[in-house]
Amino acid sequence: MSTEVIEKVEVKKDNEALFSKKRKSLVSNPMDSDNPITIQVLGICSALAVTIALEGTLIMAFAVMFVIVMANVVISTLRNTIPNRIRIIVQLVVVATLVATVDQVLRAVAYEQSKALSVFVGLIITNCIVMGRLEAFALGNKPWDSMLDGFGNAIGYGWIIIAIAFVRELFGAGKLLGFQVLSKDWYVANGFFATPAAACIILGLIIWVLRARSGYVED
Amino acid sequence: MSKLNRNSNGYIFGYAIILTLVCGTLLAFVSEGLKDKQKAAILVEKQKFILKAGLGASSLDGLTGPQISELYDKVVKVETVNSAGESVEADEAKLSIFKEYKKPAAERVLPVYVVGKKDNPTEVESYVLPTYGNGLWDNVWAYVAIDGDVETIEGIVFDHKGETPGLGARITDAEIQGRFVGKKLDYKAESINAPDFQKGEGNNYDDQPQKVDGMSGATITGVGVNDMLDAYMNLYRPYLTSKKK
Repeated sequence: MSTEVIEKVEVKKDNEALFSKKRKSLVSNPMDSDNPITIQVLGICSALAVTIALEGTLIMAFAVMFVIVMANVVISTLRNTIPNRIRIIVQLVVVATLVATVDQVLRAVAYEQSKALSVFVGLIITNCIVMGRLEAFALGNKPWDSMLDGFGNAIGYGWIIIAIAFVRELFGAGKLLGFQVLSKDWYVANGFFATPAAACIILGLIIWVLRARSGYVED
Repeated sequence: MSKLNRNSNGYIFGYAIILTLVCGTLLAFVSEGLKDKQKAAILVEKQKFILKAGLGASSLDGLTGPQISELYDKVVKVETVNSAGESVEADEAKLSIFKEYKKPAAERVLPVYVVGKKDNPTEVESYVLPTYGNGLWDNVWAYVAIDGDVETIEGIVFDHKGETPGLGARITDAEIQGRFVGKKLDYKAESINAPDFQKGEGNNYDDQPQKVDGMSGATITGVGVNDMLDAYMNLYRPYLTSKKK
């Protein structure tokens, strides 16, 4: 997590369109050219852990989206009041409150899934993407821009883990969203895809393809 | 705001205290507000396990939470017994198989869920016996449904806390649990032998009612399950024998 660079997107004109070009790029960049997983390589731990089946992964993606967007908005709203010396702690408290809320809600309305996701919902707190966006963006930008930035990064994270889960559930269990799509008559589920090692390899392939396409090279 | 020194100790303390109070209060409300729903969700899961074991894995397909609870209330009768098979007074709702597991075997209070037939709840379909033990990484538990003849396993539902996905965690697969259906308890003079997972996978044990096809790569989970079933069937032995016709 980089703490030095605060990306200031200068959106100062008061009458700037709600979805100006700059603002649209706040959402679209993290999906591709500035993807938190494939380019910044953040949030890998949960990408490996929760991608065994699509349903849980979708819930995880939405949970992370809620947390990133809300945390970005809250921190951005408070940004001029937060004492610099305890800013990380303040961010942590806000994120932890949001994550605990998500965890409690999941336990009440989707108990089975919350059991399957187990500690990984709680571990959203330590997801580097969340804190990374707060430090690098929300502390220096207005709430609306921060919200868009949160959305973009959550979707950038979400589509990658959903892609991994798609492959893992399809080949690991022959199912998609719990429905058998590869018939058991001729398809023997490949247990390897159920292990986190498979997620690591699929993720590696996705990073490879995306970086080869965009020509991105690590400095 | 501009005159306020945002780096003074007073401001920082004040900020931290207010933030903590706000977040703490919020969380307290969330937790209190959802408590009943969470408890209900846990209860429905338990009822689901018991009914799935007792009435068959597909018996609950398409049922919603409240419908499951309704069916449970209709067909399940709860008894609490001790390890001598005698009925004891206990509140089943407060009885935790996890807590009982820590007590010495002789002092444990064991719940028995007598599951009646779907269309005729007074006639016994199966006795569902909860069991608890150790897997590879953490605890495993099961609801074992024994047929009215107290010999044949009619269904079994496993759950676990932290077995390896794709290996030990496969005990929660319907297919693995189905391997126990039709297997038999072996009543010896002083004990009961429960059917055991064997080493290796893909073997046919159809004509061997004491052996269950194992899980490749999950030997220790399998051994844990075997030990758990043996231990608990022996605890329930006096109760089961008393039901023998």
